[in-house]
Amino acid sequence: MPKGSISSWVSKVTEEVQEKKGESERDYAIVAENLTKAFGSFVAVDHISFKVRRNEIFGFLGPNGAGKSTTINMLTTLLKPTEGTAKVNGFDIVKEPAKVRQSIGVVPQEYTADEDLTGWENVLMVGDLYGLPRSFTKQRAKELLEMVELTAAANKKVENYSGGMRRRLEIAMGLINQPSVLFLDEPTLGLDVQTRAAIWSYINKLREEYGMTIMVTTHYLEEADAYCDRIAIIDHGKILKIGTPRELKEGLGGDVVTLTVSGSVDVAKKAIAELLAIEADDVDPTTIRFKVADASTAVPKLLEVLSGRGIKISRLSITEPTMDEVYMEYTGRSLRDEEVSSEEAFKQRATIRRARS
Amino acid sequence: MMAQRVKVDNGPLHGLWAITNRELKKWYKNYVLLAMSLVQPILWLGLFGKSMNLGSLFTANALNIPGLNIPKSVIDAFGAAVMKSTFGTSSYFSFLAVGMLAFIVLFTSMQSGMSIVWDRRLGFLSKIMTTSVPRGNIIVGKALSSVLKSLAQATIVLIIATLLGLQYRSGVNVLDFVGMYVALFLMSLGLSSIFLMLALRSTSWESQMAIMNLLNMPLLFASNAFYPVSLMPGWLKPVVEVNPISYANDIDRQLLLGSTGMNSLAFDFAFLAGFAVVFTAISMYMSWKYLTK
Repeated sequence: MPKGSISSWVSKVTEEVQEKKGESERDYAIVAENLTKAFGSFVAVDHISFKVRRNEIFGFLGPNGAGKSTTINMLTTLLKPTEGTAKVNGFDIVKEPAKVRQSIGVVPQEYTADEDLTGWENVLMVGDLYGLPRSFTKQRAKELLEMVELTAAANKKVENYSGGMRRRLEIAMGLINQPSVLFLDEPTLGLDVQTRAAIWSYINKLREEYGMTIMVTTHYLEEADAYCDRIAIIDHGKILKIGTPRELKEGLGGDVVTLTVSGSVDVAKKAIAELLAIEADDVDPTTIRFKVADASTAVPKLLEVLSGRGIKISRLSITEPTMDEVYMEYTGRSLRDEEVSSEEAFKQRATIRRARS
Repeated sequence: MMAQRVKVDNGPLHGLWAITNRELKKWYKNYVLLAMSLVQPILWLGLFGKSMNLGSLFTANALNIPGLNIPKSVIDAFGAAVMKSTFGTSSYFSFLAVGMLAFIVLFTSMQSGMSIVWDRRLGFLSKIMTTSVPRGNIIVGKALSSVLKSLAQATIVLIIATLLGLQYRSGVNVLDFVGMYVALFLMSLGLSSIFLMLALRSTSWESQMAIMNLLNMPLLFASNAFYPVSLMPGWLKPVVEVNPISYANDIDRQLLLGSTGMNSLAFDFAFLAGFAVVFTAISMYMSWKYLTK
């Protein structure tokens, strides 16, 4: 793909932003304010406010029923909020839903492509639904299918596609209208490890080369950790915490460092207290353990000091907190055990089944 | 990847044909389905139309009533007169064949609701809802596709019926056929809209099937498709007279067979047009209101 054309897309996106935005909102692709959705007396999303910066990958984490999908559905104008509002690309989701729809791309959790049609026909149809001129749609469909490596399968019926191919097709379908914000709901659900990595490489490419903003929900905590710039943890309709994966993990108190020394444990503990202002705990007569915010920079300094004082380290381990622990900390439960409504469960099973077919 | 400023069509009709075309492709690209939907009218016409031959009541076995010596020519003439006055044509097959046009259109139109239930279950509906396609077009696009399918089937019925001996009125011309298509189009559009509307919020195809099964036979038999209104019991007549199928049949029989209608052509057309416009409008309104939760 020629570099010049990429920058022209980016400049088009930026231009749109500058046209439609006030000063303060310019840096944000999504600004939600007190966004609320109640179904009867059940409040699915409870006065949440957050901002998503331009050109970032923003992850939404939470158990089913936490309000994740409801929030995405409101932002993509499928649901009307009962209170509050949000701006996507500077357009109000309540007052200007049509403009929001024009400017965003959505890749829903389910496989939405029509199985009876070919991949090519599916992409063209979505272009038509956006009211794009056919000549443009055809050219762009060709480029998108090439990007997601489906050119060879373009004229096959979608029912013959594998799960990974289908997900890639969904991504192509979500990009036909040159959106500047892309919403991805569980893009890797049910896929094998290699395919998941491939999907994420496309997502990264969209962000880096095309300057897009991406809001993504995922079940896989390690994916959120590895690929998202910032993460919001949501449960019971409320945002519990927003931050970079690093900030969230450091919020737990940092990395756990375990040292086994040959020599005096007390000297080592004293050195740690002086250098890091941390009290280390004894594990056994030769082993101590302590928590530090950023072990990767703290430990080398510590080792220097210790060897200066004649203490040898026979064993060293650093354990970083995982997103699992972060998630447990804030939601009080593991992501694995969750209850799902029967309709939700049907859809998810269908998605997983088709992902693996 | 070229980024372009594109002239986007934001008009009220954009995406309409995309939706109609998708449904049609699912139909004509699936050869088994296509063949079945084309063979179905042939079977109905062949089996039903030819076996229920009421005209032969008078002609098949020479009536022989003891004590009366009625010449066969009298019986034949009597039979033809009875048929003519009852069915508006001396050929019951012709009467039935024209009724069959509305019958096949009714069945295909009723199935329109199923597609929206599946689209909802499989997530396709939520995908098109995220695009900028006007909500009303989702319903109208689907209704149009079922109208076009049913007109294609009606054409097959007409061809087969002609081959099997449908007796057109003398002087039948192209305009009569145009009128027939217009009548069937209006009837199908209204019926498709009703059944799509019933399916708008439904996630269960079983209940959709139940609705179809509940309504198809009553709608058919409470019309003049198989039997003339004049012979029906008094309590049934008001039902028949609001049933759009009766109006389509009335138009088709007047135009193609030269029967004396129950209403004037103008009244029939006005009724069907009103029916189609009202229900299409309601279904568009409902889809704006209920497709967004």
